[in-house]
Amino acid sequence: MSAQVEMPRLSHAPAEYVAAAQFDVETVRADFPILSERVHGRPLVYLDNAATSQKPNAVIEAIANYYRFDNANIHRGVHLLSQRATDAYESTRAATQRFINARSASEIVFVRGTTEGINLVVQTYGREHVRRGDEVLITAMEHHSNIVPWQMLCDEKGAKLRVAPINDRGELLLDEFDRLLGPNTRIAAIAHVSNALGTINPVKEMIRMAHARGVPVLVDGAQAVPHMRVDVQDLDCDFYAFSAHKMYGPTGMGVMYGKSELLETMPPYQGGGDMISSVTFAKTTYNKVPHKFEAGTPDIAGVVGLGAAIAYMESIGIEAIGAHEHELLLYGTERLEATPGVRLIGTAKNKASVLSFVLDSIHPHDIGTILDQEGIAVRTGHHCAQPVMDFFGIPATVRASLAAYNTKEEIDALIRGIERVKEMLG
Amino acid sequence: MADLRDLYQEVILEHAKAPRNYREQGAPAAKAEGYNPLCGDRCTVFINQKDGVIQDISFQGNGCAISKASASMMTQALKGKTLPEAEEMFKSFHGMVTGQKREGGADVGKLKVFAGVCEFPARVKCATLAWHTLEAALHGDHKPVSTE
Repeated sequence: MSAQVEMPRLSHAPAEYVAAAQFDVETVRADFPILSERVHGRPLVYLDNAATSQKPNAVIEAIANYYRFDNANIHRGVHLLSQRATDAYESTRAATQRFINARSASEIVFVRGTTEGINLVVQTYGREHVRRGDEVLITAMEHHSNIVPWQMLCDEKGAKLRVAPINDRGELLLDEFDRLLGPNTRIAAIAHVSNALGTINPVKEMIRMAHARGVPVLVDGAQAVPHMRVDVQDLDCDFYAFSAHKMYGPTGMGVMYGKSELLETMPPYQGGGDMISSVTFAKTTYNKVPHKFEAGTPDIAGVVGLGAAIAYMESIGIEAIGAHEHELLLYGTERLEATPGVRLIGTAKNKASVLSFVLDSIHPHDIGTILDQEGIAVRTGHHCAQPVMDFFGIPATVRASLAAYNTKEEIDALIRGIERVKEMLG
Repeated sequence: MADLRDLYQEVILEHAKAPRNYREQGAPAAKAEGYNPLCGDRCTVFINQKDGVIQDISFQGNGCAISKASASMMTQALKGKTLPEAEEMFKSFHGMVTGQKREGGADVGKLKVFAGVCEFPARVKCATLAWHTLEAALHGDHKPVSTE
């Protein structure tokens, strides 16, 4: 399936059903050249998608073709190539706006990834609004990238980082979150989907709670956007950050959505070219939003790749991807639960396609090495979420995370791999 | 293709399950903490030396089979050795697990079972964590050692 193919829609059936009915995993797999690779002499079983997804031909070709045919700097030259590069860059901004249903394309700021997106908000909005004695509210299941920047800000300002707790299924305690939204809370920063546990947070409800107290909300959407339709207007979030590389796009590329009225009042992030209207040694006038936040020559090829990734996901159907992954999640959960010695970490009712687990007293690192020899790529470790590991009293987990191209046969291979681990180390 | 049995030899698995010298030591023993931030492995090494000879050496911590077995066998190998002998042993061990053979280095003896580690570059840090921690204990570094 290529990015150019428009999916036909039947008028008599719900869109979700149509997408699922047309979804063919083998067609999807054929779009990803890396999936035909062999690892240690075995077919690659790639189950590390929460770390980064593989890239389809549509994305690889779009990036290569940009460099082959269109490469020039943007927003500068009068020449044709510069015009083409600028068009490619700005049309991806518009595509991204439609992808997450932002009100305006100027609400889309291109950054290096979710981490930079969060740091941008911390350094601009955060530094202006958080003062001594104030509070920043996060949750106990945040990735380090949605903990450390806020911790640094709180240290600098003499503010306090508050953490909403989770239960032993890995679900947020919503009442506690609500209770922790106090008169001194200046911003809440929450994961849409937990990278270590797969929990899908009720972010719309959380945003409603925060707004009821006048608290703006940043959502870390890195693990959500690859798997589900995100509508920032429906969520009513103030900021939403995500990365291209987890949604079949290139690394080093991401998006920070911010509501216009907030972006307009925020100071610039970095100084340099492209973020200015005019410069004299006495005074600089900053460019308008979003260019104010995009200093220097950006990753133009990365933006082109993001555009191709969005088109690719839309061509398959985001609902179809989600439905396929959910089916795999249920199958994987069932198979892992039936495997003696396996304990799933993260058993929230509402989950995205992450299977985090421990196996008897065998260390995840040993499991990862043995699975690797079977051609199976999983993540082992703390998943940049050490507080989550501490909560469950474990140093690490094995994490299998799924994407559109994974199959039940690959889950079966994982289970066989686990049996092999038990044979060797049990 | 690297063979897993070269990595997970019986001796290694046995030490991982029942590590030797797995205990704390109080004064006058020196101690240091090691940490591998990539996998979360932690290791504390306690060493009591007198006149340059290692009287007692022990460790505690949690980690994978390779790191535990390596720490366990390190304590066995170094008890009664002089500090220069311990340094030489570390150099030879390090050379072996990173695949850089040294001519005329110290004989690593039973630690040869870790030779297979060099086929698994991602696991070298597991095998050397205890040794780096030992170095820190001997040199009085009070900051935890990190493999990164």
